[in-house]
Amino acid sequence: MTSLLDVDALTIGFGDAPPVVCDVSFSVAAGETLALVGESGSGKTLTCRSVLRILPEAAQLRAGQITFAAQSGLVDLCSTSERMMRGIRGDRISMIFQEPMRSLSPLHRLGNQVAEVLRLHRSMGRAESKRCVIEQFERVGFTDPERAWRSYPFEMSGGMRQRAMIAMAMVAKPELLIADEPTTALDVTTQAQVLGLINELQRDTGMAVILVTHDLGVVANMAEKVVVMAKGRVMESGSAAEVLGDPQHGYTKKLFKAAPLIPEVAMPARALPHEDVILDLKDVTKTFTLRAGGWRNPVTVTACKDVNLQVVRGKTLAVVGESGSGKTTCARVALGAEVPDPGGEVLFYPKPGVDPLPVHGMDVTQRTAFQRQAQMVFQDPYSSLSPRMRIGDALTEPLDIHKIGSRRDRREKAAEMLSWVGLNPDMMRRYPHAFSGGQRQRLSIARALTLDPKLLICDEPTSALDVSVQDQILSLLEDIRDRASLSYLFISHDLAVVARIADEVAVMRAGVIVEQAPPDTLFYDPKHPYTKALIAAQPEPDIARPIDLDLVSKGAGSPTTWPEMFRFEGTNVPALRELEPGHMVRCHG
Amino acid sequence: MSLIKYAIYRTFTMLLTLWVVSILVFAIINLPPGDYLSNQIAELRATGQAEGVAKAEFLRREYALDRPLYQQYLIWVGFIPGPLGFSGLIQGDFGWSFEFDRPVGDIVGDALWLTVLVNLSAVLFVYAVALPLGVIAAAKSETWADYTAGFVGYLGLATPNFLLALILFYYGHKYFNLPIGGLMDPVYEGEPMSWDKVKSILLHLIVPTFVIGTSGAAAMMQRLRANMLDELSKPYVETAKAKGLGPTRLLAKYPLRMAFNPFVADIGNLLPSMISGSVLVSVVLGLQTIGPSLLTALKSQDQFLAGFILMFVALLTLIGTMVSDILLVLLDPRIRYKGRGA
Repeated sequence: MTSLLDVDALTIGFGDAPPVVCDVSFSVAAGETLALVGESGSGKTLTCRSVLRILPEAAQLRAGQITFAAQSGLVDLCSTSERMMRGIRGDRISMIFQEPMRSLSPLHRLGNQVAEVLRLHRSMGRAESKRCVIEQFERVGFTDPERAWRSYPFEMSGGMRQRAMIAMAMVAKPELLIADEPTTALDVTTQAQVLGLINELQRDTGMAVILVTHDLGVVANMAEKVVVMAKGRVMESGSAAEVLGDPQHGYTKKLFKAAPLIPEVAMPARALPHEDVILDLKDVTKTFTLRAGGWRNPVTVTACKDVNLQVVRGKTLAVVGESGSGKTTCARVALGAEVPDPGGEVLFYPKPGVDPLPVHGMDVTQRTAFQRQAQMVFQDPYSSLSPRMRIGDALTEPLDIHKIGSRRDRREKAAEMLSWVGLNPDMMRRYPHAFSGGQRQRLSIARALTLDPKLLICDEPTSALDVSVQDQILSLLEDIRDRASLSYLFISHDLAVVARIADEVAVMRAGVIVEQAPPDTLFYDPKHPYTKALIAAQPEPDIARPIDLDLVSKGAGSPTTWPEMFRFEGTNVPALRELEPGHMVRCHG
Repeated sequence: MSLIKYAIYRTFTMLLTLWVVSILVFAIINLPPGDYLSNQIAELRATGQAEGVAKAEFLRREYALDRPLYQQYLIWVGFIPGPLGFSGLIQGDFGWSFEFDRPVGDIVGDALWLTVLVNLSAVLFVYAVALPLGVIAAAKSETWADYTAGFVGYLGLATPNFLLALILFYYGHKYFNLPIGGLMDPVYEGEPMSWDKVKSILLHLIVPTFVIGTSGAAAMMQRLRANMLDELSKPYVETAKAKGLGPTRLLAKYPLRMAFNPFVADIGNLLPSMISGSVLVSVVLGLQTIGPSLLTALKSQDQFLAGFILMFVALLTLIGTMVSDILLVLLDPRIRYKGRGA
């Protein structure tokens, strides 16, 4: 089989620095899927962009050849003219980007943006290109293609935008599709559907796909060939069955070990006793008013409804749900950052057996005391540390605010916390930019710990991190929980991440808890269609176990499409019933 | 359809704002103790000119300056009848200028339109200069084109307007035989509009437009450049590139369109800053705009004249903001459809 694209000894660098992509070679045959796997900084994105020659301006192609078998013969994409290149981009080779939210122009209608490809490369007229685009929209799963044609990107959800991106990339029927982390920014159920769509389109059109990803589970579901990259070099390459079935290189093995998995469970777990509770959310409902004022009627949105959650002292309660499910609102209410609607309350029990403090009805001294005991770790370690503050100052700041100890004590405490999170206390004088993402998240955790809190609220603490770093941070969190007898309220969109750390999991969808149980019970016997969809959508790094798209689409749709027993509409929901001890499901009786 | 509704809504809020402004203007003008007439009466009394006193007393009654302040305000705006019946701003009677001893309407008459003319041409100048320069500076950032545009821009920002005016007058006259001072040849003053008069006005407009517009254009250019640079690094630009779009079309269709928003939103800010900024320039250049009259009126507490001019400037500002708001709605679907629901 002759190859469609041959990348040979590709080397890319910036300025005088050593190359960031070094001697990378691979080839893709027509109709084949190749996965470029690696963590951030591995050079996989630069490699795939160099194929279309859309590298950042400062990047230099130092060596190598990229040969593309176009209809007119072989073309070296590194040296061909810019004009020729423009003819290839979007027509013969097209690309899907990572962030569907930002990769489409917000000011142009989808139809216009997609049809532009045809007008550029096929010199089609308005009517003809519209017909083609509408057809393509139908192919990628828009139920109302005419409406999609007229819509602006901001009117659509992330998954729908990614479908529009795919339509744009596919409309000219390219020979090669490059997908750069096409599903990383999407919820896991949406990811499953988008991956299914790419697979299906590939079967129909016979195009080749280069899939750039960090997720071995995605690779197993999509690819025939795998190239594992780290630090700009190819670590291992071969067929998917070989690389995934029997990884040879140490780095590939490490990736495997770090990939979060939903475990196979032999029997359900015992119910978690709710005797000694540290935080108790009672009937918390939160509605937001959009667009009040003017002459129009205010529009309200219910972010979460009738949420009852109890964090058991010394244990971890995980709240899992996709974006917009209301999980972050719950966390904000729990911390006192938002006030729940009347009727709901949040109680905090500083010690076992004492009278609880109402989180939303505290006086100033109580509030200060509460803030010492309940701390938060945020999602994005890059923006949650001030770039103008030294690490030492950032760590001692909470102590300064609460006027604890002398200057010396504070320094000592900060140093102690740094060693707790596995960082060297010598680093106190550095600024955050000197640290990697994982180290920064360690710093955020250290900062949250300086006040000796009892309760830590973690809002997606690992979702901005690479898998191997995610693994380390999760271990650190477990370690600290046991060492300092902390309780966690852990917010995540990823069931697999939660699988290892949580003692109890509440699955949220559309603002309500749909199922709640210890993780093992949940994995052994998921009852709710949405939980089933979440579990099914989790890509596993095993080519023998592909995603069950059927199960995903059954549970991931809107609550009105669920089976009779679970169906609901709007905020009129069935009750949460305890089917077995410690296993609650929202269903009609 | 919703656009028309929005325009009506904005007009309504504009009138409301104008009303609040009228209260503020009136209050501020009346903050210093006394008024023009009582000052004059005191002066006439001191010098023993009885018949002058009588006239001043008459005017005081005629313009209700002997009434309580809140009534004076209501009469001035035309909400309640004064000694002459309903005759306030609403009815088109702008009051009497004591300083010039003529109705305010007569004094400002022509000057109003010339003010609008001078400032509109300055605004057009700002846009015509800033748009191409800003785009070029961003597209060719950190090359000689960018540096030159930036240098010229900062020069424009840093040079005081009146100085620029004098320099331009001198050289403009020397090399291009441009007229010095005024907005038209003196022979046309008070004449009805004619083709020659229009030509004379246009010729006289060149230097003032340049002087008033330069600093605005320089600032606007830098803003556009910065906006464009921000937009150029966004992922959707990369998407367009990966589609195979050529560089010029790409630039014009995507980032420029995005960078346009702040550009349009600035219309509202530009008008008032130009008008207040052009007061000094008008004095230096001898332009027959309302700027010089405003200065005199404020100095001598000529309250109806000052009040009217301030209200006029406020009206221009509000119209500018309204125009830019409505343009933004037309330009940006995100504003147009907010809450249409996905």
